[in-house]
Amino acid sequence: MSEENNIVQLKNIDVTFHDGEKDVTAVKNVSINVEKGDIFGVIGYSGAGKSTLVRVINLLQKPTKGEVIVNGQNLTELKPKELRSARRNIGMIFQHFNLMNSLSVFDNILFPLRDTKLSKSERKAKVSSLINLVGLDEHAKKYPSQLSGGQKQRVAIARALANDPEVLISDEATSALDPKTTTEILDLLSRLNKELGITVVIITHEMDAVKQICNRVAVMEKGSVIEEGSLLSIFGQPKQQLTKDFVNTSTRISNVLEEIHEAGLANQISGRVVQLNYLGESTNEPLVVSLYKRFGVEANILFSNIEQLQNTTVGIMLLSLTGDESSLDQALNYLNESKVNVKEINLKDEVNV
Amino acid sequence: MSNILNTYLPNVVTNWYGEGGFVQAIWETLYMTFYSALFAGIIGIILGILLVVTDKNGIKPNKVFYNILDKVVNLFRSIPFIILLAVIGPFTRLLVGQTIGPKGALVPLIIGTAPFFARQVQLALVEVDPGVIEAAESIGLSPLQIIFRVYLREGLPELIRSGTLTIISLIGLTAMAGAVGGGGLGNMAISVGYQRFENDVTIVSMLLILVLVFVIQGIGDFFVKKLEH
Repeated sequence: MSEENNIVQLKNIDVTFHDGEKDVTAVKNVSINVEKGDIFGVIGYSGAGKSTLVRVINLLQKPTKGEVIVNGQNLTELKPKELRSARRNIGMIFQHFNLMNSLSVFDNILFPLRDTKLSKSERKAKVSSLINLVGLDEHAKKYPSQLSGGQKQRVAIARALANDPEVLISDEATSALDPKTTTEILDLLSRLNKELGITVVIITHEMDAVKQICNRVAVMEKGSVIEEGSLLSIFGQPKQQLTKDFVNTSTRISNVLEEIHEAGLANQISGRVVQLNYLGESTNEPLVVSLYKRFGVEANILFSNIEQLQNTTVGIMLLSLTGDESSLDQALNYLNESKVNVKEINLKDEVNV
Repeated sequence: MSNILNTYLPNVVTNWYGEGGFVQAIWETLYMTFYSALFAGIIGIILGILLVVTDKNGIKPNKVFYNILDKVVNLFRSIPFIILLAVIGPFTRLLVGQTIGPKGALVPLIIGTAPFFARQVQLALVEVDPGVIEAAESIGLSPLQIIFRVYLREGLPELIRSGTLTIISLIGLTAMAGAVGGGGLGNMAISVGYQRFENDVTIVSMLLILVLVFVIQGIGDFFVKKLEH
């Protein structure tokens, strides 16, 4: 990873709030590098500090400690006026859209252009092209109160893009939207990333959102980044418990295990139960078949989920394996060697995947 | 027509034109209302903005400044108007050279109304969605631009609503000021109508003030309706 490719660099960021006598540390020693063209996801439960962290990028939140470098510029060293002009290079969208209710769609998007050098007709043309870009052509004259949530977020996206920023920050931008609209907005962000080459940083608590568009992910817990990596590595080989929770919720395997547990089916399932996580090429091998052929182990599929993430197959399987002990051990070794992440699960225990 | 007026409103008719008549009183009330609304409006908006901006959740928090201004506004709001009239007499004389007449009433009216309006402005602007302010900051707007383009723009319907309320309460105060020498319809109702037992004068004064209040309320409602989306 070369330095000049990093468009957003957060170095050892601390954010501490003073709440009366107490000091509350919202962000603890976080360093993040976002490369040009990335769609970088920061995922965590509410209260994990991700919104605070993302506000550090455009210094809406001043870090107590650490450096913020965006596009080669150290924002923490800038004077207020310089910071304001640097902010024009960083668009931001919000959970509650934050549009001006007193302005029409057109004027909301025109809003950030008021101090630019563009002529009046250039501004109008720019606003019209932005409206077209986000697909709101017939709504230009409406006011925010007349729009649906998804449409409002489109206006907010157009507004954020008005100054041609190189980075777009999305702070829980889809959390107030229904699933279908969420998908549409995420598709739009992904399209903007491809067409305009804009780097996107999204904050979310939904693994599905991350899964849909991100290429890199950081997982936050209690103010710290506990795990970071490519989407595939996070999804295929999650290391931290929280990351596993997110992945398991997203693949719905945790639901299945809970159901087995609740329905008291654990005793009816014979053999050893294993959870397999696998990526890419190993997927195409007929795993279940080869287990039987090579080791005489019978695999019963309790659950399986396979999806395409960035053109790579990512799968999760829950198998109950029956056969003699030594062949079972051999089979598990074989799986481990073929880049499949294997974990044995005791269904009778408290469910904790 | 003139017979009916002469029969039912004899004193109103004789007191209509001329020195100390209704026409002059209406004029004086409008004069006091207009100029005090203008100056109290300007002062109130400035103070209200300062309160919102320096509040701990504002865009330029300043604890000391906020606390002082907050207390001063409260203090002046707590003084009963009729006492304020008397207490600031010397100051009024210094400023406009007289303590009676519509001009002399202006100073206490402005000082009595501005803190009230400042509080109304503060309440109106505090209602502006903090998220919108944050969005404006993220766009790179300066604090001054945020005040003019976001606070005053987004808060405008609420500002007009509270401005209307303030002007109506101001009309009430002009009547009180009138009774102690300020002139206008309040003076008409009390020192002519009430004290000389010319009840028709009192009633017509009241009706004229009501008309003024309704007109102002109507204008305010019209603009609020037009601005709210």
